[in-house]
Amino acid sequence: MKIKSNIAVSDNGFVFNPASGESFMVNPVGLGMLNMMRKGQSQEQIVAAIQEDYRAEAMTIERDLLDFVEMMRQYRLLQYDDE
Amino acid sequence: MTTNKPLFTIGVTGLNAIDSPGPGVAVIRGLREAASFNCRIIGLSYESLEPGIYMHDIVDKTYQIPYPSAGTEVLMSRLEYIHEKEKLDVIIPNFDAELYSFIKLESRLLSMGIHTFLPRMDQFEERHKVNLNDFGKKYQIKVPRSKAIYNVNEAQQLEKDYDWPLVVKGKYYDAILAYNFDQLRAAYNKISAKWGLPIIIQEFIHGTEYNVTGLGDGQGNTIAAVPMRKQYITDKGKAWGGISIADSQALALTDHFLKSTQWRGGFELELMKDKNGDYYLLEINPRMPAWIYLAVGAGQNIPEALVRLAMGWPCPAFNGYKVGKMFVRYAWDMIVDIAEFEQISTTGEL
Amino acid sequence: MTMTSKKTYERPVIKKLENNMPNKFGTRTIFEPISHLEGQAVNDLIAKYGSPLFVISERKIRKNFRKARQAFETRYPRVQFAWSYKTNYLDAVCNIYHQEGSWAEVVSGFEYDKAIRNGVQGNKIIFNGPDKSETDLRKAITNHSLIHIDHLDELYMLQDIARNLNIRPKVAIRVNMDTGVYPTWDRFGFNYENGQAWDALNKILFSGMMDLVGLHTHIGTFMLSPSAYAVAASKLAHLAQSVLTKYNHEIKYIDMGGGFASQNTLKGSYLPGSDISPSFDDFAEAITTALMNSDYRPKNPPLLILETGRALIDDAAWLVSTVLANKRLSDGRRSTILNAGVNILFTAFWYDHKITPAQPFTSYTEDTAIYGPLCMNIDVLRESVTMPLLNKDDHMVIHHVGAYNMTQWMQFITLRPKVVLIDEQNKVHVIRNNESIDNIRSLEHVPDHLLNFE
Repeated sequence: MKIKSNIAVSDNGFVFNPASGESFMVNPVGLGMLNMMRKGQSQEQIVAAIQEDYRAEAMTIERDLLDFVEMMRQYRLLQYDDE
Repeated sequence: MTTNKPLFTIGVTGLNAIDSPGPGVAVIRGLREAASFNCRIIGLSYESLEPGIYMHDIVDKTYQIPYPSAGTEVLMSRLEYIHEKEKLDVIIPNFDAELYSFIKLESRLLSMGIHTFLPRMDQFEERHKVNLNDFGKKYQIKVPRSKAIYNVNEAQQLEKDYDWPLVVKGKYYDAILAYNFDQLRAAYNKISAKWGLPIIIQEFIHGTEYNVTGLGDGQGNTIAAVPMRKQYITDKGKAWGGISIADSQALALTDHFLKSTQWRGGFELELMKDKNGDYYLLEINPRMPAWIYLAVGAGQNIPEALVRLAMGWPCPAFNGYKVGKMFVRYAWDMIVDIAEFEQISTTGEL
Repeated sequence: MTMTSKKTYERPVIKKLENNMPNKFGTRTIFEPISHLEGQAVNDLIAKYGSPLFVISERKIRKNFRKARQAFETRYPRVQFAWSYKTNYLDAVCNIYHQEGSWAEVVSGFEYDKAIRNGVQGNKIIFNGPDKSETDLRKAITNHSLIHIDHLDELYMLQDIARNLNIRPKVAIRVNMDTGVYPTWDRFGFNYENGQAWDALNKILFSGMMDLVGLHTHIGTFMLSPSAYAVAASKLAHLAQSVLTKYNHEIKYIDMGGGFASQNTLKGSYLPGSDISPSFDDFAEAITTALMNSDYRPKNPPLLILETGRALIDDAAWLVSTVLANKRLSDGRRSTILNAGVNILFTAFWYDHKITPAQPFTSYTEDTAIYGPLCMNIDVLRESVTMPLLNKDDHMVIHHVGAYNMTQWMQFITLRPKVVLIDEQNKVHVIRNNESIDNIRSLEHVPDHLLNFE
């Protein structure tokens, strides 16, 4: 669950992949998750941190985080060890 | 020298420039050269890569607006937001697909102090391709015979009366020439899949294509009219080069069109002159065309005149234009920083 | 009032930016949540009456009706509406229209009986449609109802019954015609252009056994063109004048049927229905102008009857439902499953219904496919619509569902929900209970040899 290191993320949620030239937009919850992923935080840490800030159950956050990561994978924004 | 001129804030759409470009940038060039007012231009864009957004010497500020398919209420609330910030005096919409919404909103916009100069709803409706036959009959203008069909087999009936080839046209866009029934069927299927029914089957007129752009004051008077012959045509049938011509027949037809329909606003007539020298009206576009700057260059600043009419100023008809002025279109690569794309994409404003 | 300063959660979303993608200021997004219907919180309605739930507004029904009546009455001296039972025949709904002065327009023995049970006088029931049994016709003749003849077989049957009962039936014929719109509804009634209609009128008048009181047409459904009604009205008026000239017989009413489009958006329409559907004033102007300019010159102007259903009731009802789940499709697209499907929202097959959340949301959106709960591939409410980020258990409001859904719904896979009416004092009444398994099973019978198995 590592994000490619060269991905640029701005404070207003604009995400740019300089390698592919593609750009994306994330909402505030997604931006928070993305920034924590960039810092290398674990799934548990991210869920706990989001739960600290927002009114939501851990199970809901975890499910949504997994879906979010899946979308990042589909958009080829994740770094794999063999890359 | 500009001290006595008023400053108008004018919203303009159609800032796109694909191979069938929008008229927005050409309209703005006319407005910027207006002798009777200065202007601040507010671009109104639908997508984030419309080139006009990034041309800061042409457009002062751009706001994204909702597609017409979102409905007039959504459009209105966006325009209210923009108006609050920019205090618009005039809006000039330049897309066929958005005109319906703006015509519907005309009086509400005016009550907010935003002026427009658009065709009336009945004028806008009766000039639709589907209604062209009736339009020709009503105003005694020669139009190619055509029939709207809902089933491809209806075209077989037409074979008896019409000669091949036939033009197969979609309700809004697209036209394909078919030389036999098989081709017609293929064209019918292709276009109906995209634009729905009906499909218009039109008689093909052999000849030379001419276009006229102009402006009607809504009382039947011709304020402006400039005929143009296409010199360079892209494979999509769009003029990439053209020349202003002296064509008294095309001008007479334009006068007749304006007088009999009392057309209000800018327009473009697509005409075909057959081998007998007769003019046929192929299509009426209810707005200024992408080549409107040729009219400005030939001495008729139609965008300026349109704003004068919208503001209720006196607007005398133009006296002639320069014949033999050409436009030669060029596509221009601008260098834009991604920060600008980011801003328009995330905030909807630039 | 909560003491915590935690923010409202919204699920994370990442969206690729493409030039041609609908921007967030565009597309058919809704810009406001609809949390209340006629003063009642959607959440409370669901808590009390269950989900899904049909909610009908009495206030809106009356308002629409009065608007329509005013549009016609200000333009024509004699106007009568007849409520189209098939559009929505819940008794409570029908009775609102009857209280407003509507007659009943029915197309089957079942609907006829419903109207009688609701207390509608026999002579205020218009009996349309191709399916009228001998029993139905006897009843209608005895009650002096207005019988609109659809075909020659019916005409002959009526003559026979009239002879036997020795009562003169009050009849009209239904006329179909070319009004310049497609498709022409030529399967109902007698054709105008080929002379069938004129022949039928001659048969009726020659027979001397029936009272020809009216002429009826119904030119199509979801009509967006008022001018087609003008064509139809002139053709009926012309027929009426032909009857007057030949038989010195005055037609008492001209029934223009219904078919006016509602504010719904047809699938494939570029502009939304709320922008392009004509108003009652547009239809009234076209019809009444054509009638008054026609060549029909009776001593008394004919009564103008209208049977519009859809345009009167569509926007007076909502279907509220609940998000069951969010899923990701194989192509990455979001899909959301609601607990209301095409089994109770039949009109989803031809409209892009407007669907709005009942709770606040932000400007972030996703392209979403909205599915119903049935285990059937056809259960799609919206193929693709830009929606805010929905969570499981969120409540949704589906708009403009008043016409045809509460009559064409089916008991398929699951049971049908409650229908509530919110009255003009914002009081809620259950006007149709939800089905139970016993309701359904009470009609079934299992033969003895099928009762037992291992």
